[in-house]
Amino acid sequence: MDSFALDVAHLFAGSLVLVSFMLLYQDRMFSLLNIFALHAFVVSVSVAWQAHIQNAPHLYITAAIALVVKAIVIPIVLHRIIVRLGIHRNIENVVGIGQTMLGGIGLVALSIMVMLPITTAEGTLVREDLAFALSVILLGLLMMVSRRNAVGQVIGFMSIENGLILAATGAKGMPLVVEISVAFSILIALIVIGIFLFRIRERFDSVDLHALDRFRGERP
Amino acid sequence: MALDVVLWGVLTLFATGAAAVAGARRGSTSTFVYAVALVVSMVALCMAVWTLLVDPAATPTVSLPIGLPWLGAHFRLDALAAAFLVVVNLGGATASLYGLGYGRHEEEAGRVLPFFPAFLGGMNLVVLADDAFTFLMAWEFMSLTSWALVMAHHRQPGNARAGYIYLLMASLGTLSLLLAFGLLAGPAGSYTFDAIRNTQLSTTVATAVLALTLLGAGSKAGLVPLHVWLPLAHPAAPSHVSALMSGVMTKVAVYGFVRIAFDLMGPPTWWSGGVVLLFGGASAVLGVLHALMEHDLKRLLAYHTVENIGIIFIGLGLGLAFAANDMRGAAALATTAALFHVFNHSVFKSLLFFGSGAVLRSTGERDMERLGGLIHRMPYTAFAFLIGSAAISALPPFNGFVSEWLTFQAILLSPQLPQWVLKFLVPAIGGLLALSAALAAACFVKAFGITFLGRARTSLAQDARETDRLSLGAMFVLVVLCLVAGVLPAYFIDALAPVVQGLVGAQMPRQSAFAWLTIVPIAESRSSYNGLLLFVLIAVAASLAAYVIHRWASHASRRSAPWDCGFPDASAATQYTAGSFAQPIRRVFGSVVFRAREEIDMPQPGDSRPARLHVHLHDLLWDTLYAPVAKAVGITADVLNRVQFLTIRGYLTLVSGALVALLVILAVWQ
Repeated sequence: MDSFALDVAHLFAGSLVLVSFMLLYQDRMFSLLNIFALHAFVVSVSVAWQAHIQNAPHLYITAAIALVVKAIVIPIVLHRIIVRLGIHRNIENVVGIGQTMLGGIGLVALSIMVMLPITTAEGTLVREDLAFALSVILLGLLMMVSRRNAVGQVIGFMSIENGLILAATGAKGMPLVVEISVAFSILIALIVIGIFLFRIRERFDSVDLHALDRFRGERP
Repeated sequence: MALDVVLWGVLTLFATGAAAVAGARRGSTSTFVYAVALVVSMVALCMAVWTLLVDPAATPTVSLPIGLPWLGAHFRLDALAAAFLVVVNLGGATASLYGLGYGRHEEEAGRVLPFFPAFLGGMNLVVLADDAFTFLMAWEFMSLTSWALVMAHHRQPGNARAGYIYLLMASLGTLSLLLAFGLLAGPAGSYTFDAIRNTQLSTTVATAVLALTLLGAGSKAGLVPLHVWLPLAHPAAPSHVSALMSGVMTKVAVYGFVRIAFDLMGPPTWWSGGVVLLFGGASAVLGVLHALMEHDLKRLLAYHTVENIGIIFIGLGLGLAFAANDMRGAAALATTAALFHVFNHSVFKSLLFFGSGAVLRSTGERDMERLGGLIHRMPYTAFAFLIGSAAISALPPFNGFVSEWLTFQAILLSPQLPQWVLKFLVPAIGGLLALSAALAAACFVKAFGITFLGRARTSLAQDARETDRLSLGAMFVLVVLCLVAGVLPAYFIDALAPVVQGLVGAQMPRQSAFAWLTIVPIAESRSSYNGLLLFVLIAVAASLAAYVIHRWASHASRRSAPWDCGFPDASAATQYTAGSFAQPIRRVFGSVVFRAREEIDMPQPGDSRPARLHVHLHDLLWDTLYAPVAKAVGITADVLNRVQFLTIRGYLTLVSGALVALLVILAVWQ
């Protein structure tokens, strides 16, 4: 594999991490959705590039699924949900943006420290790719933890899934079945979460998870 | 053929248990369930005896496509399994016979009937299992069904706690066995016993397996210090189930230990014998001391199970030590003694629990301080209980004596052991064994004397009635067995020969070949015992003495007033009590073992209230071993309780925090 192909693959994977960071500090609903669409788009481009350099045509299908479902359908659906719910206001981060970003940087450092030593036997592409993918996953987790709004957590969850796809396509020979089933489960998750959002709002007039906690008698 | 029949029998038992769920409310279900259990146990007993006597070399195997898909369920009937199958099904048959009469008056029939046959079936399966998975499944099934039986009368005070502690100890035991089998199977993960036999264990692994097996099988058998559940759980169950649990289930646990330590682990090491000896000696003495302090009839019997398990483990430990030093003959003697005691204890312990069950049913009382004089009201039960007491106290010509005598013969061979540690240890254990035998006799003088002799202490004991014929039948079957195994032990020892041959690679000399059915464990010049002659001697001497007394003693009636033998008051409360009987022994041993403290509450002159003596006993093992663990678990649970009520974000933080922490550990580790 020539170094140009490697560099481009790293470029895409690295920009996915960058977009993950961008997700962390979005505090408006629509911009969050837009960045998530960008996130999914970068994943699909990355997967397509992998398909090209690995000569694995089925990965093109994976890329197409990522592009259509996650970069287009899900953002549009979430957009409509947000409009119908009428929550265009800010997403409050629980922790300040500065701390969140610092934490994110720490997580990226951690994933590199974990991944690079244990994958010495693998090729360069796989090693770096796995490190980037783990960073994306950890950043997604961080996002789920640091958001108070249910929509924000849904996006965090989906970005974790993008990280998983990145990891899986970096390793050669992921069967298409896996990808299709993962995509399907994500769709199901979207439906379930969408229904939940409406149910929560019906009951509490808000999708702020604080309302749930109050309902359980945790907080005054 | 025999194996197939037994497996079909087990299936029948399970089906009966399931059917009993449906018909638990009808009165006839009780008779049906116990009758089926009786028939199946008898058939399985015949099959096991036939295998042991006629065809011990054939080891039929059956492999069924149930259980783990890549493993299946393997069953095998070798001589060892057959010997324990005899114990299980003899106990099962007599308990079913007893249950036919006793179970008719069960108030909670719906909680007993479905589990009784299932419990029997589970014990059969443990003995027959030939792979680790089947073994553990059957073991856990046996534990859970017996737990359900313990909880049958869950509304009675104390029973819920007994069930809880039993469940904890049973889980701990199964967990240990699970780990032990995991180690035995090795990295290849071959779980059939055949494959396990062929793997070589390193010393470290062998040590771990032995420790885990002692923990797992020992907690089920009631080895000190894992015995705490036994005196709580055994009395809580209905009496025929108590007999099964105490007489049979503990033997299944011994089977588990023998199967792993003698069969699966390969050649033993001498120190493993020493460790087993230590635990056995401690169990023997502590069990009987606890029993002496106990005035609840069924709890006393349960503590005696601890003692007898100790005796069995002493025999097994000696067997391991001798076998490790390639002293095959001595190892065969010690192992035979242990296995014979397994059989004997199952017989007389079942008998004693049946007796105490009869007492419990006719008086509703287990506390012997409130009994007394029952020999007049329940003469047959009293006779059966007396025979059982004599047998468990190791009095000739009954069976308990023979196996304990054989154990002593094995102990006397210990100077030939090359290791100095064992040279010193084994005689000390022998001393402990002698002590426990003597104390056991004292304890049963107390149990029989206070319960059946003297005069009734309460109106409950006054109005007692003899129990039903079926229960008596079950007891007298066991009485006959106690006598037969004591008088003709040679046949029993010969029947165990193929088992011992398989375990240690040698067997005792053929006993039934000696003249007059004398048993000669080592050589004629050293020691021999003839139960038959002794029995004849005792019978003739006793008859002669009775005849002489009745023929020549004076018939003139005498009146005496002044001294009354210290019994001037007609009140039954002035009789000797169980507490008074135990007091001297409590003063000798109790101050150390139980930290016993006596407090005399003496009223001032002129005060009319009675003087009182309070005795405070502590269970040292409970205080030092179990209480701290329970406290630590309680504190941890309190702390962790907070985690149960987190917010959604709290849970997310917890999960990702745990993930990050693990990754950090991974990063630092490299």
